[in-house]
Amino acid sequence: MADPSSFAPPSRIVVAGASLAGLSAAKRLRQLGYSGDLVLIGDEPYPPYDRPPLSKQVLTRRLSTDTTLPQPRDLDIDWRLGVAARGVDLTARRIDLANGDALDYDRLLIATGTRARPWPKPDEASIDGVLTLRGRDDADRLVPRLAASPGRVLIIGGGFIGCELASCCREMGLAVTIVESERVPMRRALGERIGAFMAGVIRDHGVDLRLGAMVERIEADNAGAVAAVMLKDGKRIGCDLIIVALGAVRNVEWLEGLGLLTSARGLRCDAFCRALRANESPAPGVFAAGDVAHWPLVANDGHLVTVEHWGNAVEQARMAAHNMLAGDITGMRIHQHLPDFWSSQFGLNIKCVGLADSAEEMAIAQGSVEGRRFLAVFGRKGRTIAALSINSARWLPAYRALIEEGAPFPPIEGAVDQPRMRKEAAGFASIDT
Amino acid sequence: MKVVVDLNRCQGYGQCVYAAPKVFQLKGSEILAYDPAPSDQWRDEVERAVHACPVRAISAEFDNPPVESASTE
Ligand SMILES: Cc1cc2nc3c(=O)[nH]c(=O)nc-3n(C[C@H](O)[C@H](O)[C@H](O)COP(=O)(O)OP(=O)(O)OC[C@H]3O[C@@H](n4cnc5c(N)ncnc54)[C@H](O)[C@@H]3O)c2cc1C
Ligand code: SF4
Repeated sequence: MADPSSFAPPSRIVVAGASLAGLSAAKRLRQLGYSGDLVLIGDEPYPPYDRPPLSKQVLTRRLSTDTTLPQPRDLDIDWRLGVAARGVDLTARRIDLANGDALDYDRLLIATGTRARPWPKPDEASIDGVLTLRGRDDADRLVPRLAASPGRVLIIGGGFIGCELASCCREMGLAVTIVESERVPMRRALGERIGAFMAGVIRDHGVDLRLGAMVERIEADNAGAVAAVMLKDGKRIGCDLIIVALGAVRNVEWLEGLGLLTSARGLRCDAFCRALRANESPAPGVFAAGDVAHWPLVANDGHLVTVEHWGNAVEQARMAAHNMLAGDITGMRIHQHLPDFWSSQFGLNIKCVGLADSAEEMAIAQGSVEGRRFLAVFGRKGRTIAALSINSARWLPAYRALIEEGAPFPPIEGAVDQPRMRKEAAGFASIDT
Repeated sequence: MKVVVDLNRCQGYGQCVYAAPKVFQLKGSEILAYDPAPSDQWRDEVERAVHACPVRAISAEFDNPPVESASTE
């Protein structure tokens, strides 16, 4: 698709979504020498801040919920904070804001991320004491509730955020229940085997972990405060605080009906981070990055992925910034990121590189599961595609290198100092492409 | 002052903890916890931590530019 206007260097770049991806793109644009107008639009009233500490040290160490990200002084950004982007006109290259402003753009980066999936029944979700956690305001609501020593905290959903929150509760000496519908916690990211290991760790720390269980209903007391949940199997669990941790919903509603290819999985873009139109051709000048993007990952045989992790938000935004300045496709680069994440909970540092959830087999490559210090490798079609470390982060870079060079699975023994490996099923649900 | 650590990159060796113990702490054997908004009184320590980190995982900014909010709140 020839788009003559994209050959002219941009003089106004607009970023919708002022968080990790938006700021990372802005920093990169300036590093690359872009000196034109740079507008960042964010519906939250805060400058870009970091989310991971909000489910970790901010709660247990009672630190301020001000996790504002460091910003170089010379970014020269035209901030539009506390105002949402409301729509885009792809032909006129104009973005409309909720306050009535309209901004022309040469390049637009869509980085509107995700929000916490709410409890599906609105009347129950609005009960006093039913919270979610995604942003600073959520953390500000949560901190005093936890400080008030609730008798029992009940967490709906045993994903990363739910488990990290449970870990914080235990560190604060609070009784806590996790209700998770899967057979193991964090199964989507860790698989059956490591998930089962984590279930043991979580229970050892005194968490009442209910697996294969589903909350049917949230109940309030006469004063309208949360009192209990009723499970599908009829069991009732009394609690004073509920945190709904059911994952995230992508912020794409504002883009619907405008000609862009959006779905529940996000805004479709290509490997160059260019946002796609309904006919799968790139929308002129429009890019996407971070949690909102739904994109083809080379390391995953080109299958589409959404990666809701910090590392991808930074890297994809940096690549989008590069490609926004590249002119045409010949100057653009492919976002060939190897997804990675960390989590810390129950005294364990969990780190992963690669997309473990598309693995067929796994093996323990270093350390021992019993000793709670190990590194697992994951394989698909005879290749090593991911590695996950539990309190063994120092081994990870060597395995990242093996994955990047497409090493066989299991990796050749002796390539890294390791015991003899036994292959097992990885235990992920079938891959969703 | 604002601090962020790229914890994908961090190796948990703890040099930053020696440099700025009020801001960085190791929990368990290798979990790095840090104060994202430490007091400016630790500026020198944090600067030392930034330089001590062998994988350059720490970013800090000592004087954030003021940001105006378009909201009426
Ligand atoms: C509690 C918590 C803990 C986490 N812990 C980890 C971790 O340990 N490790 C890890 O790898 N990842 C972690 N993550 C994930 C990581 O924070 C995200 O991957 C990252 O924030 C994604 O950045 P983003 O900029 O793409 O999207 P977001 O951070 O979601 O930012 C999108 C921004 O756009 C705004 N916005 C939405 N719609 C509009 C609109 N129409 N107009 C203007 N603005 C809009 C949103 O309000 C938001 O401010 C965690 C996330 C949370 C919530
Ligand atoms: S010095 Fe760097 S690598 Fe070491 S613990 Fe601190 S941040 Fe992590």
